[in-house]
Amino acid sequence: MNFAVLQFPASNCDQDAVHAVRLLGHSARLVWHKDASLGDTDCVIVPGGFSYGDYLRCGAIARFSPVMQAVKQFADNGGLVLGICNGFQVLTEAGLLPGALIRNRDLQFHCENIFLKTATIDSPFTNKIPAGKILRVPIAHGEGCYFADEATLAKLKANNQILWQYCDQDGNLTDSANPNGALQNIAGICNDQRNVAGLMPHPERACETLLGSDDGKWIFESIFAALKNKPVAQAA
Amino acid sequence: MTEPAITPELVAKHNLTPEEYAHAVAILGRTPSYTELGIFSVMWSEHCSYKNTKPLLKTFPTKSPKILVGAGEENAGIIDIGDGIAIAFKIESHNHPSAVEPFQGATTGVGGIVRDIFTMGARPVCAVNSLRFGELSDPTVRRLFSGVVSGIAHYGNCFGIPTVAGEVYFDKTYQGNPLVNAFCLGVLRHEQITRGAAKGVGNPVFYVGPATGRDGLAGAAFASQDLTEESAEQQRGAVQVGDPFMEKLVCEACLELLATGAVAGMQDMGAAGLTCSTCEMAARASTGIEIELDKVPQRAPNMSSYEIMLSESQERMLIVVHKGREEEVKRIFDKWDLPWSEIGIITDTGHMKVRHGGKLVVDIPAKKIADESPVYQREAVEPAYLKAVRAFRLDGIADTTSPADNLKKLLAWPSIASKNWVYRQYDHQVRDGSVVLPGSDAAVIRIKADSLPVMTAELAAQVAGKPVPDKLIAMTVDCNGGYVYLDPYEGAKSAVAEACRNLACSGALPLGATDNLNMPSPLKPELFWQIKESVRGLAEGCKAFNAPVTGGNCSLYNQSPAGPIDPTPTISVVGLIDKPEHVTTQWFKDAGDAIILLGDAVDTTDPILGLGGSAYLQVIHGQKNGSPPRCDLEVAKTLHTTLIGLIHSGLVKSAHDCSEGGLAVALAESCISQLIARDTPRLIGATIDLSALKDVRLDALLFGETQSRIVISCKAVEAVKVVERAKLMGVPAVQIGKVGGDTLTVKTASGEFSAPLTELHDAWWNSIARAMA
Repeated sequence: MNFAVLQFPASNCDQDAVHAVRLLGHSARLVWHKDASLGDTDCVIVPGGFSYGDYLRCGAIARFSPVMQAVKQFADNGGLVLGICNGFQVLTEAGLLPGALIRNRDLQFHCENIFLKTATIDSPFTNKIPAGKILRVPIAHGEGCYFADEATLAKLKANNQILWQYCDQDGNLTDSANPNGALQNIAGICNDQRNVAGLMPHPERACETLLGSDDGKWIFESIFAALKNKPVAQAA
Repeated sequence: MTEPAITPELVAKHNLTPEEYAHAVAILGRTPSYTELGIFSVMWSEHCSYKNTKPLLKTFPTKSPKILVGAGEENAGIIDIGDGIAIAFKIESHNHPSAVEPFQGATTGVGGIVRDIFTMGARPVCAVNSLRFGELSDPTVRRLFSGVVSGIAHYGNCFGIPTVAGEVYFDKTYQGNPLVNAFCLGVLRHEQITRGAAKGVGNPVFYVGPATGRDGLAGAAFASQDLTEESAEQQRGAVQVGDPFMEKLVCEACLELLATGAVAGMQDMGAAGLTCSTCEMAARASTGIEIELDKVPQRAPNMSSYEIMLSESQERMLIVVHKGREEEVKRIFDKWDLPWSEIGIITDTGHMKVRHGGKLVVDIPAKKIADESPVYQREAVEPAYLKAVRAFRLDGIADTTSPADNLKKLLAWPSIASKNWVYRQYDHQVRDGSVVLPGSDAAVIRIKADSLPVMTAELAAQVAGKPVPDKLIAMTVDCNGGYVYLDPYEGAKSAVAEACRNLACSGALPLGATDNLNMPSPLKPELFWQIKESVRGLAEGCKAFNAPVTGGNCSLYNQSPAGPIDPTPTISVVGLIDKPEHVTTQWFKDAGDAIILLGDAVDTTDPILGLGGSAYLQVIHGQKNGSPPRCDLEVAKTLHTTLIGLIHSGLVKSAHDCSEGGLAVALAESCISQLIARDTPRLIGATIDLSALKDVRLDALLFGETQSRIVISCKAVEAVKVVERAKLMGVPAVQIGKVGGDTLTVKTASGEFSAPLTELHDAWWNSIARAMA
């Protein structure tokens, strides 16, 4: 599989995403934010970082970049797009995912491991996650509090679009397990076509036991499996 | 623009003595212009010239076969770690700016040290910091503390560098003068080492990065004065403003540019900005340099030549490019949307010449101003207070009767308490290399092939087909300023010993060190004595552990109206771990494991049994007094090599050094410091029996800080073997208990005490968050 990892000027988890994909046996390359084409691509990763410095609002400028126009078209054609952390923020700003990510409720940046409950395995991003498996994955963000209005939330639930929620080690969706105040402990969602997903935690930092956890690989393995089983989308 | 006339008052305002001024006139052969006066002022400030400490710094061990770039040669030292790979690292202070403007002071501290690293051609891969504040009960201290932490977080997180380790102490000596020391480590191939030399007559000089503004005017000079209330107000303009996004762009663009092979020399504009970078680059290459200030991108209108030369606007670089390859610079900096400007040329005159508005405003022999800075042999006199310190005995202090309560108080003491409130705000995992996260004795990072900077086509062809093996680097930064105040020589030795002990506990042997002397004024003989003795201790320590100093930083004049700070020579030691299976952490692993104490439980030759300067005396008895525990470097060395040997044999499951709070705190931390995830500590108890140690005070046994002690755990069946092997090496070793349960239970000759781990954990984990709530 070929993964395109977007590179905004201040993407800083771009290398990490490339590393994780390659470690798991697939190929990945960086695509510069000024490029209007994604090239030969099976899946796009919008990585973590600070895109354009994010002094205005996380991801607010990135959505206007040439490469994001290509990503939109790729997604419209059914291509798989995964936004991680800042990438999730960029996808919501770009309108590819509903809702918004706002300042953490304690107004502090949080870097720590959290537990994730997979709400549904019915998606290209979760299909390989073993039933009942609680994932231990790091977060690192200052603006990761998922927010959406009532109607959007209701739609997310009705369509089974909530993919991951913060939980304790036994899988309970407690308030203290929620690091940022996200509504309904939401850590990640997908769009209603289920081909675009975003999450605040960093699965690419949890693909090796040497780094403390390899639970993140289940998310990548899900994508590999989905790509194997689905006709390839046409790149823009 | 008319420049002010040079008067003795103006000279004094620039912190130049009449003798220094006379020397400047002699170098020039005439009266300096106003801009030149400013240049002499910053170049000969302590920050840039080390004029008061140079003779002392020469005593540091600086050689080893592994050193590729040594102390004082360049912006940072570089050490070989094998397979053609090297690491560049350095620590630097940003104390004065942080006292005035904590957030920006700290951000620019991080920015400056990160720039020092990529200036060498290395990719910055991790950051560490060492912080000191007053007591958290003071609202001003809380403001400074939270400002500094969020500044470091803001800059490091956005730049994308993991902040993997650090230390934070709280003591009223730092009340008006916090210490902010930032460390950065980068990696590169040997062939990628870049020099800050203005090589090649006729080569063009490029300015890259954001425009020059009036911020940070003469910051280096500001850093070289006492902090007063007035200076804090007046010098706000000397504090720079950091932009991590810009730094990220400049770093990526510079590394990309280096990979073209077009660069002849590169230097960041740090302290003393354009002045220092031009002078130093020319001095290193024994060339001259000519620049045109009208071509320097400027943020503010009508800036004078004085202001442009002395501005410390951040994230700017000076790059000398091989003639004919200018287009490559333009292409890459345009790609990253960064301002650039060709501002000058390398000459053979040996002079730094600066033109502005068609006029020659500066004409200084570069080598002379850089190399002929004044050097002072200051007078050193032992301070009177040390007499009382040495005479201090425990006679008036009753032995403890409530050890469990004492232990809880110590664990909650902010200097000992968990620093999770701090490091949780730092991204410590970006770059996929953090193996041991903050919260153990030392951080461990993994360096992998894609951590290295992009190579030139030539180099890539050379190394093609030779895969880069992963490397494991451990690092720590340490210093107990209280010890150093009570005995600068022993205290400084102990700082090095503790750093190396922390490395040993992680499975690493030292490669090299970088020091940050945070000291009061060198002009008072009693204070200079502290500096001198501290340096003597650091030098001996670094020699003993084969940790040559590859560079560092001197921050003098750390004193506020309340008085001088405790002398605080922080030392960061970097080490190498051979194999992933040798990486060791401090927490106990499995119930049933044996707990062994390596080293003598109490130094009975010490009349105050390791309690001098201890956390226990400070917290429980309100006294910072007594000679600190003696540090025998030979004993320490044997201990560390023995532990490393045991780790290499696969016998050690956990290792934690005894430092502040002594054995009891080390045991408690071994029980409570493992963190699985948010709100999910892994608590694992221990039952300890110290009843064989009868003839020693209980407080000294539990909370004394006798040096060279490490608590390890191993499989029960291997305990006898471990003890025997340690003894064979000459290290005292005894099994003192076993792992298991949900309490820490300690039996001593005077009875037993027990504390539930949940209570100990809460006291230790939440103490700082509570103080900051």
